[in-house]
Amino acid sequence: MNWAAVKAIYVYEMARFFRTLAQSFISPVISTSLYFVVFGAAIGSRIQEVEGVSYGAFIVPGLIMLTVITQGISNASFGIYFPKFIGTIYELLSAPVSFLEIVIGYVGAAATKSLFIGIVILITAGFFVDLSIAHPIAMLSFLVLTCISFALMGFIIGIWAKSFEQLQLVPLLIVTPLVFLGGSFYSISMLPPFWQTVTLFNPVVYLISGFRWAFFGLADVPIFYSLFAIAGFMGLCLFAIAWIFRTGWRIRS
Amino acid sequence: MSSILDIRDLKKVYEGGFEALKGVTLSIEEGEILALLGPNGAGKTTLISTICGITTASSGSVLVGGHDIETEFRAARSLIGLVPQEINLEPFETVLNTVRFSRGLFGKKRDDALIEKILRQLSLWDKRKSRTMELSGGMKRRVLIAKALAHEPRVLFLDEPTAGVDVELRKDMWETVADLKADGVTIILTTHYIEEAEAIADRVGVINGGQLLLVEDKESLMQRLGQKQLRIELQEPVKSLPDALMNGTDLSLSDDGLSVTYTYDTQAERTGIAALMADMSSAGLILRDLQTQQSSLEDIFVGLVQEGQS
Ligand SMILES: Nc1ncnc2c1ncn2[C@@H]1O[C@H](COP(=O)(O)OP(=O)(O)OP(=O)(O)O)[C@@H](O)[C@H]1O
Ligand SMILES: [Mg+2]
Repeated sequence: MNWAAVKAIYVYEMARFFRTLAQSFISPVISTSLYFVVFGAAIGSRIQEVEGVSYGAFIVPGLIMLTVITQGISNASFGIYFPKFIGTIYELLSAPVSFLEIVIGYVGAAATKSLFIGIVILITAGFFVDLSIAHPIAMLSFLVLTCISFALMGFIIGIWAKSFEQLQLVPLLIVTPLVFLGGSFYSISMLPPFWQTVTLFNPVVYLISGFRWAFFGLADVPIFYSLFAIAGFMGLCLFAIAWIFRTGWRIRS
Repeated sequence: MSSILDIRDLKKVYEGGFEALKGVTLSIEEGEILALLGPNGAGKTTLISTICGITTASSGSVLVGGHDIETEFRAARSLIGLVPQEINLEPFETVLNTVRFSRGLFGKKRDDALIEKILRQLSLWDKRKSRTMELSGGMKRRVLIAKALAHEPRVLFLDEPTAGVDVELRKDMWETVADLKADGVTIILTTHYIEEAEAIADRVGVINGGQLLLVEDKESLMQRLGQKQLRIELQEPVKSLPDALMNGTDLSLSDDGLSVTYTYDTQAERTGIAALMADMSSAGLILRDLQTQQSSLEDIFVGLVQEGQS
């Protein structure tokens, strides 16, 4: 392994992030605060409690997931799409680095960024609601795994995309709806039975449920299903990446 | 043994089915400068891209310093520096960062002294903190060169390094290339400018339609270049040239007997033209017209390219 190259990519990508540090943090902080104001105040005044947890606190894990997932995807997809778009990818392709090292560098940086933002949101949320974390280690593990998995997915999207429109397409058409319908703002048990069944096909439900369990010790689906879902999703992404890697799909002509 | 780059029957078929390289075989000695000449679309960039790992070869093999570019890509690529034809730079990044990044990518330890030396040599030191989008075109090209040199390559590919570069800068670039050669770096450059090949190359290759048409020492090419032809048209056709004219000079008669071609060396002390004229008139030949023609590298080049197409 050419770890020096991995480090070079990672540091270079992180430098971009720190250059725009204010932007990187301000927008998630503002949008989280808005969610608290709108959902917490408007809906929270009617719902008050979900399964013994105040509504404001109940939406925190979902909000963090929502942000971490979208940020992970957009950071990683942009991170690799940009060099493709402006042509600097020639340098990666002609350097003595393997595709695996490229993936670790880019995905590692993208996952780190979304982890930062996730933690910032957690802290922001602490200003609005009383939060206690039942299983801190599980919480952190879930968070890190989610960051990495969706950064992997973003990387694949970035390799696949041939235009900026395509780059936005998957997150906009698939991921955002799945996350919104994944029980970020409500408990699955609040839905009519038919929709509960439909929802079980949404992979994000398992993530949010598991993450919420780490906070409050209560879940929509058994925690092992959640672990299984995140591991399966990550495996799928790794498999896709291994294939891209072997065939040089959309990277080497 | 001393060949640092060994290309054998290299073929490249692009996805659409277009065959951009039709079996190129070429071996390059360590420390030499090879200029690749060829018209647009000849396959120069494709050849370089395939060697450097930007595109994959369809068949054939390439060894760099004895390492296969596919099975030992790390060892092979570590030796190579590439300055691409297109100016591809991250616009928001500073010169210094982007050059450092290149070194890191090749797994080399950070070396600020070396980077400073390279940037100074390329007159970029004052611009090290500028973002690349704030630089002029010629400066951007030099940043690309600095990036390629940052990891101390043994073989440097320069894909049209002086395209769109002013005369002054072109001379500077040639000097840089000469300095690199002095350090023992092997250089392969592509160009459309024949003077450029003449000025800096040790060998010249001509490529067209994905085929290498010629690779020759510049010196011997230049000798061919130094030759000039004098065409003498005659008033009356003759069956053969009088023996008096044939004393060792390079003369030939056309098939219709109407013109005589005399080939001579412009570098020679005496061209022999005056003597030839005198001899011809004393042999009773009446001249109608005279023409001289110099075969330049350009002619050789165009001739080869046209031959290849027919
Ligand atoms: N990615 C690609 N897919 C399909 N065909 C390609 C691709 N890249 C180049 N070609 C074709 O291969 C041929 C050789 O192109 P190449 O870029 O190697 O030429 P070149 O000699 O570098 O020309 P120039 O002097 O214009 O830079 C051209 O006909 C070009 O259209
Ligand atoms: Mg080219």
